[in-house]
Amino acid sequence: MSGIKNMRDLPASHLLAGGTPMCAGCGGLEALHQVYDLLGEKTVFVNAAGCMTLLAVYPFTPFRGSWLYTAMASAPAGAQGVRDALDILRSKGRIEPADDLQVVVLTGDGSAYGMGLAATSGAMDRRLDFLYLCYDNEGYGNTGQQYSSATPHGARTATSQGSRGYPGYKKDLFAIWAAHRPAYVATVSAAHPVDLATKIETARGLQGPRLIIALSPCPTGWDFDPAETVAIGKLAVECGVWPLKEYRDGRVRHSRIPKARRPVAEYLARQGRFHHLFKPRRQEGLLTEIQARVDAYWAGVAKNEGQEG
Amino acid sequence: MTRTLLTGNGAAAWGARLARIDYVPAFPITPQTEIIETLAGWIDTGAMTGRLVTMDSEHSMVTAAGAAATTGVRVFSATSSQGLLYGMEMLYAIAGWRAPLVLINVSRGLASPITLEPDHNDVLAARDCGFLQIHCATCQEVLDSVLIAYRLAEDRRVRLPVLVNLDGFYLSFTREPVVVPDQEAVDRFLPPHDPENIAFRAETPMSQGVAVLGGSAYSYFRYQMHLAAAKALTVYDEIAHEFADRFGRCHEAVECHHADDAEYLLVMMGSFATKAKEAVDRLRDQGLAIGLVRPRLIRPFPADHLREALAGKKGVAVIDQNLSPGQGGILHTELAAALSQGRPRPMPVLASFIGGLGGRNIGAEEFYEMARVIVEAAATGRPPAPRLLFSDEELREVRKLQAVARAAGRTGEERP
Repeated sequence: MSGIKNMRDLPASHLLAGGTPMCAGCGGLEALHQVYDLLGEKTVFVNAAGCMTLLAVYPFTPFRGSWLYTAMASAPAGAQGVRDALDILRSKGRIEPADDLQVVVLTGDGSAYGMGLAATSGAMDRRLDFLYLCYDNEGYGNTGQQYSSATPHGARTATSQGSRGYPGYKKDLFAIWAAHRPAYVATVSAAHPVDLATKIETARGLQGPRLIIALSPCPTGWDFDPAETVAIGKLAVECGVWPLKEYRDGRVRHSRIPKARRPVAEYLARQGRFHHLFKPRRQEGLLTEIQARVDAYWAGVAKNEGQEG
Repeated sequence: MTRTLLTGNGAAAWGARLARIDYVPAFPITPQTEIIETLAGWIDTGAMTGRLVTMDSEHSMVTAAGAAATTGVRVFSATSSQGLLYGMEMLYAIAGWRAPLVLINVSRGLASPITLEPDHNDVLAARDCGFLQIHCATCQEVLDSVLIAYRLAEDRRVRLPVLVNLDGFYLSFTREPVVVPDQEAVDRFLPPHDPENIAFRAETPMSQGVAVLGGSAYSYFRYQMHLAAAKALTVYDEIAHEFADRFGRCHEAVECHHADDAEYLLVMMGSFATKAKEAVDRLRDQGLAIGLVRPRLIRPFPADHLREALAGKKGVAVIDQNLSPGQGGILHTELAAALSQGRPRPMPVLASFIGGLGGRNIGAEEFYEMARVIVEAAATGRPPAPRLLFSDEELREVRKLQAVARAAGRTGEERP
């Protein structure tokens, strides 16, 4: 389906303007850059409260196309209203086909995994024709990185400062979305642009709900040097913490199965939010548990997808 | 033109149908549900065009409504009570988008305790959100107000969403004779919606609802909403007069009944005002110069109209079917503020009464008693203390319920 095989096939021109108030090294912005180049300017981004709400600050916007800020809980409902209205206008001949827009929901994990989940579930039930891009920086980033239901086990956040970090486990939003049997669900990483572009192209070719979760390394919230964003993103995939996969036609397929996974500790040790796992003393129990969960995940993948190419 | 029997909910649905609405994001809630069921039925059978989508909540419903209206279609929706409050965040948001849509609220008391029957705390909770508010007293008014509301919302001098309120049960489920105007006549009164520059189009990108930094830009846009809402008073009068010319029914911003030559007035909003009207007529029979004043518009607040209506009166009873705990009646507060701003001329003694909460009736004898209180207050020149309407008999009934509740609570207890 996709003509994108390597970096040379990616768009050469960039649509999203610079100078936004996002933090240096923002992994979410990198994902949005790549997605926007592929989708183009005939889009309306329907945004929920989060870091990227500050992309459009009056009178500026980095988008060449349209933007609608809604609220934290209801961006998919905003997408429903715009899509339905455009369909009505098209069917009644009140706008030209050239004036139609792709409707794209843009939210962080706080909205996607939590407050906006009911609205997203409803949009999937209704088979809304839209694309959802969640930039997942694993916490309420815009308010200073408090834990959300996307925060990984053991991570230190502004609201989990204890020696064992966040006691909960990252919610499996991919599985929750896929259980609705939408047209498409995928995880992506901006550190893997060809994989990302292939999935966005696949999504563009489909109708109905298409949902993308982009792991978004966050220098401010995760505590690492902004220059490390891409390296951290690569490590997340190579250590098996962030599986690159897609759901389509009732089946989950991993687009990349790391052959020799690197130890998760390599990924954790590069981020301040996990320093307490290594210093003042190495918390072997917690590190072993985190590694065991990643191993168990991939053992399940080998069992289910082992026969596939 | 057809004369038929319609419930308030049926009248609201007819208003939407005649307005040729494009889009209805919906969510069921008692006592509103009949409105969206009626529209869904008409759309299913092809009696009207339009698209109805049941959303996952009122919060989503209001979001979708605002988003569609800012994409340039004519949007209608309806809710009640808890639903209106669940969508409250988005009422403020889409008013700021200047989304010109019409939302029906079928009034119902708010939890807790949870109830189904009407009072106005739900709709008055939305008082400051930027929606204009029209309050109806009859089923005919409901239908007519929907048509007027679209003209008002879409007027380029206004561009704000409008709430049309009707009381649950007393209007929503009560059949009254209603004149359903001809579609052609409505089309002449209400032409197709022209979204002008508020619409999402690929060729003309737009950013909507964007953040502002600093209080100046924020203040500017909020002031713009206020000025538009204030302007809506004049625009409403124009539209109401045009409506009267075309359809023969006049829906003034403030309805006056025997008010001109009255020395005393009752002031209240909504369908219970029809009970007050009846009481006024009986008191007139007995020779008391009393009248009724009913604001139909609550936002914008028709302060000038009300000052005009109340000037020179001796005493006024304001009957609030709402309660702001720790303050009292909301209409009373607003009316007192409006009177304090006018030209210095004799203004009446105001008396505040709270009644009709959760659908509690206000009986004729209570209106007579309120009249007695204002006559007495006017004679002394001192405003009486606010009164919460509640009878001895009601108190006895509640005491009985409490006794039953206590007895029921004891049945499960272990006894020595």
